[in-house]
Amino acid sequence: MNEYKQIALQGLWKNNPGLVQLLGLCPLLAVTATLTNALGLGLATMAVLIGSNILVSLVKTFVPKEIRIPIFVMIIAALVTCVQLLVNAYAYGLYQSLGIFLPLIVTNCVIIGRAEAFASRNSVLKSAFDGFMMGLGFLLVLAVLGASREILSQGTLFEGADLLLGDWASVLTIHLWHLDTSFLLAMLPPGAFIGMGFLIAFKNVIDKKLAERTPEPDVPEVTRARITKVS
Amino acid sequence: MAFKIASSPHLSRSLQTSTVMQRVVLCALPGVATQCYFFGWGVLIQVILAITVALLSEALVLKLRKRPVTDTLKDNSALLTALLLGIAIPPLAPWWLIVIGVLFSIVVVKHLYGGLGQNIFNPAMAGYVMLLISFPVQMTSWVAPMMLTSQPVDLLGSLQLIFLNTSLSDIEAYKLGFDGLAMATPLDTIKTDLSMGLTSIESFSRAIFNDGFGVGWFWVNMAYLAGGLVMLKLKVIRWHIPVGVLASLFVCASAGYLLNPDTHAGPLFHLFSGATMLAAFFIATDPVTAATSVRGRLLFGGLIGLLVYIIRTYGGYPDAFAFAILLANLCAPFIDHYMKPRTYGHRSRN
Repeated sequence: MNEYKQIALQGLWKNNPGLVQLLGLCPLLAVTATLTNALGLGLATMAVLIGSNILVSLVKTFVPKEIRIPIFVMIIAALVTCVQLLVNAYAYGLYQSLGIFLPLIVTNCVIIGRAEAFASRNSVLKSAFDGFMMGLGFLLVLAVLGASREILSQGTLFEGADLLLGDWASVLTIHLWHLDTSFLLAMLPPGAFIGMGFLIAFKNVIDKKLAERTPEPDVPEVTRARITKVS
Repeated sequence: MAFKIASSPHLSRSLQTSTVMQRVVLCALPGVATQCYFFGWGVLIQVILAITVALLSEALVLKLRKRPVTDTLKDNSALLTALLLGIAIPPLAPWWLIVIGVLFSIVVVKHLYGGLGQNIFNPAMAGYVMLLISFPVQMTSWVAPMMLTSQPVDLLGSLQLIFLNTSLSDIEAYKLGFDGLAMATPLDTIKTDLSMGLTSIESFSRAIFNDGFGVGWFWVNMAYLAGGLVMLKLKVIRWHIPVGVLASLFVCASAGYLLNPDTHAGPLFHLFSGATMLAAFFIATDPVTAATSVRGRLLFGGLIGLLVYIIRTYGGYPDAFAFAILLANLCAPFIDHYMKPRTYGHRSRN
């Protein structure tokens, strides 16, 4: 079970695709203007990631090494098409507001990266779990960034939740305060870059504090007996 | 007898950072006073508010960064940043505008990059650009000069507008009550008129241009020019950057005016409108973010002038100095790399 714990820790914190690997920055920065969009894209990416990790892990023994990347990309593209059609069918509003970034999940480096680095070398169960944890880590970064940008720019949280979850979810929208003029910077891409920078800095601060708290393990000093004469 | 042995440089200058900054602030005061005379108490209120916020936030960040608080506060750099930002924004803008701008300038642009001397962008201008793209409506409604309004706003009215009427609709109502309190700046007016098909001569016949320049703006620019010349005399700044900016703007504007006088404003209008003199002498010459060699400074100034002319003529924003200076700041390390002066005793590279 320790191995699974390790995978979870890697995906959520130590090797977080958003904060540490800085993969998939394009959707990360482009769609996080609201929490709803961020959650929608995060969930879609997570679904594709789990699916592609499972399929790649299943076919890993048949795939010739030389052409593995095109095959992985085709698997991912097929899955993205499925997800895109599903979102189109069941959450049309969200489909419209995510726009081109939904099909662009194909090019998200997190997915091909995990297929190449993890799923093509590990068992199906582990790969599925890794896909879930990496997707969750990505989703969490998206959600935090989306929520903070939405609060700063419009003073609301979960605006348009009904696009994602159905009509009942409009009660989830929270109006924190009313702004006469929205803070455009938080809504625009530069604000996403600045917010992302703050998130990474915050994570580094936490890591540093944790490292200070845990005492360094005593590494025995390697000493070597001198066999040549000094002078 | 013991000789004192010191390492180079052996010729020390008496000017310290705090003195330089203090002199820049003092030289800007005539311009600030002229601006107050033409645009009312709002200018002064914004500047005071900006300085208060700047000093407080600087102290807070220094404390967080575990740096000496009072020593760094005394270098007057936060004071200068706040002053420049305070006179750059519309005088009757709501109070939170300047607070957000100054916080961004000091905390993000200056201290997140490592404090004074490490920042790659001019803090005041980066704060201004942040405000301009975040709050375009508030940032572009400039106050009309006092002479053109039927009933100028007094001190109490300015305070009320800035601190109480935070919502935009209230300000609109207030403006109507005072018969057109807000109006476009001369640069904005001529740009709108030209885009509507009027010629520049027709545009210049409006009330806001009484003598070929915008009302008030000519004297504001003259006051900053005078302050800038005093700074040159005191050797606070060198002449290269201001001359580069003004010469390049003059050449570009003359070329445009000679090619087609109907659709371009003249070179003198460009030199004495908007923030030209303020930016050329006080903002572009920031020692931290500008180029450092002689040729590099001329090129840096020339680049700013060219960019200002392009953005003023073809861009969407009324005045262009903030964007031009930020873009030139980006180029400054590159300029410095290729404009290294020849060291004594070595041949030049080519």
